[in-house]
Amino acid sequence: MTSAPIIDPKIEPDGLPTAPNRWSIRVRVPRAWRRPLGIAGVSIIAFWVLIALLAPLIAPYGPLAQDSPRFLPPSPEHWMGTDGVGRDVLSRVMYGAQISLPIAVVLVVLSVIVGGVIGAIAGYAGGVVDSILMRVVDLFFAFPSIILAMAIAAALGPSLTNAVVAIVVVSWPSYARVTRSLVLSLRSSNYIAASRLLGTSSARALVREVVPNIAGPVLVLATLELGAAVLLLSGLSYLGLGAVPPTPEWGAMVSDGARTFSNWWVAVFPGLAIFSIVLAFNFLGDALRDGLDPRSSKSLSDAEI
Amino acid sequence: MTVLDVKDVVVDYKVSGRPTVHAVAGVSLQVGAGEIVGLVGESGCGKSSLGKAIVGLEKLASGSVTLDGHPVASLGRGARPVRDRGLQMIFQDPYSSLNPRRRIWRQIADGLPSEGDGSPVATAGRSARRAAVNELLDAVGLPAAAGDRYPHEFSGGQRQRIAIARALAARPSVIVADEPVSALDASTRAQVSNLIVQIARERGMGVLFISHDLSGVRHMADRVAVMYLGRIVETSPTEPLWSEPLHPYSDALVKAIPKLGLDAAAPVAPRGEVPDPASPPAGCRFHPRCPLAFDRCRTDDPALVAVEGARSAACWLQPAGGPARELALLEA
Repeated sequence: MTSAPIIDPKIEPDGLPTAPNRWSIRVRVPRAWRRPLGIAGVSIIAFWVLIALLAPLIAPYGPLAQDSPRFLPPSPEHWMGTDGVGRDVLSRVMYGAQISLPIAVVLVVLSVIVGGVIGAIAGYAGGVVDSILMRVVDLFFAFPSIILAMAIAAALGPSLTNAVVAIVVVSWPSYARVTRSLVLSLRSSNYIAASRLLGTSSARALVREVVPNIAGPVLVLATLELGAAVLLLSGLSYLGLGAVPPTPEWGAMVSDGARTFSNWWVAVFPGLAIFSIVLAFNFLGDALRDGLDPRSSKSLSDAEI
Repeated sequence: MTVLDVKDVVVDYKVSGRPTVHAVAGVSLQVGAGEIVGLVGESGCGKSSLGKAIVGLEKLASGSVTLDGHPVASLGRGARPVRDRGLQMIFQDPYSSLNPRRRIWRQIADGLPSEGDGSPVATAGRSARRAAVNELLDAVGLPAAAGDRYPHEFSGGQRQRIAIARALAARPSVIVADEPVSALDASTRAQVSNLIVQIARERGMGVLFISHDLSGVRHMADRVAVMYLGRIVETSPTEPLWSEPLHPYSDALVKAIPKLGLDAAAPVAPRGEVPDPASPPAGCRFHPRCPLAFDRCRTDDPALVAVEGARSAACWLQPAGGPARELALLEA
């Protein structure tokens, strides 16, 4: 290593040691995960991911097998009872995780991509482009999202794919709005000006300079929205616009159970599954938000475990 | 030899429903190879707007900027032409001029010539680029290990040196330094300004050093241009400007610098406030604040004319072609 004569390679003039600290970014994420809410969220999500992965191995019955008596209450043979056609509720809840979790992730990823790209273009280009795109976003915000999703899903016909399309259509605008405001605040920053002066095209500067700076907040929003996506999907399935019978989807199972209210176990257990996963994503999202925001991370460090 | 030639540059800020502001109202100046030109003036006089317009961050309403004989275009959507990259900028705030989420070496490497731009001296390959970055870090007095770190791990002075290294990556022939040391504390200030001088001398690179700190400029600049309300009112080699300013505004600025010594005169603040650039006074722009103003100053706007030697001034008291008149005698 070469060094100017006046500079000590170990200690710089300002007294900062020069040992490279490659982990500076990574230690911040664990701080968020160390918070009690974050741990609870991660544990519940990990639990459901395991269930989804291991469902074929640990489920006592097949999800579609109708080989038990109808409406058996919870018992050692059927921990969560059986439903109206003699299927084991526990097995169906386990297999349900295989549907709800991946679809929620796909939903959020698609919404982030659509909303993020549109929002980034609006914020970065500004002017007329921004006005037009944001009026489109306002248009989507003008409808209650569940009503709009229902209308779209109903128009396309009931199926999981169509439900996904409907939910993406109603959920991208919030990403577009957040991304736009984040990009807007960075657009005039000096490091982008400096990068442009060095010869980076404006599109490339958007990817190279802006995206790394907005990834954190968008990730937080996406985590919070994962819960909302599960809920929306279950909602559509409950209304018969999502998963088609006999698919073991939680929302559809709650819908089945609600018709036979006296046999409470048919609806309660898939309902609890939805409840726990939505709660877990919200916990994790809150913890990530607090952890990634340097202003709040300090005051919250007392709450770490 | 003139490298950067700025001619009659006008920068307008248009806000609908309000009169157009001519932040820069016709400025011409030259910077030679290896020459350090100081651009001084009060806040709001258009120094920074001029700096941004020169590098192309601000659109010119009229006038031209040429670098090595080629006109420099203002930035568009696409990549900046390789030829224009010889003109770089260092910003005032070292905390906002580095991307907090990218490693130092990557930000510096952005400026290295690459094959993609059709540059004849491309630095290809990751290790070659890394080596080139290490050289640049060394040139600004930082260890090569600094390249692997993120901006928040550095102090203001170190960041400003990183910003200088980044500007140097493009092998600039002129750097516009917009108040590069005013956000730093006194000890680092000297370090960074000395570094800029040293690099300019070693590499034969012109520097337009924008500052409101006259004493700082006096130490480094070869030539000084004094700006007032969007115009240049005096250009002069550095020393004569202090000993014998030609323009009453330069005189006021010099008198406003606190001096050391028991018998030193107390600093005198220039009279009045800088007028609204949206509606500059008629005649000479400085006349409402000028202690020596006479009738002609209120009606006619003086042009910047060569007075004596390498000195120019825009003042009716200074006849074109000289001889220069001493302001102190006129005041008495």
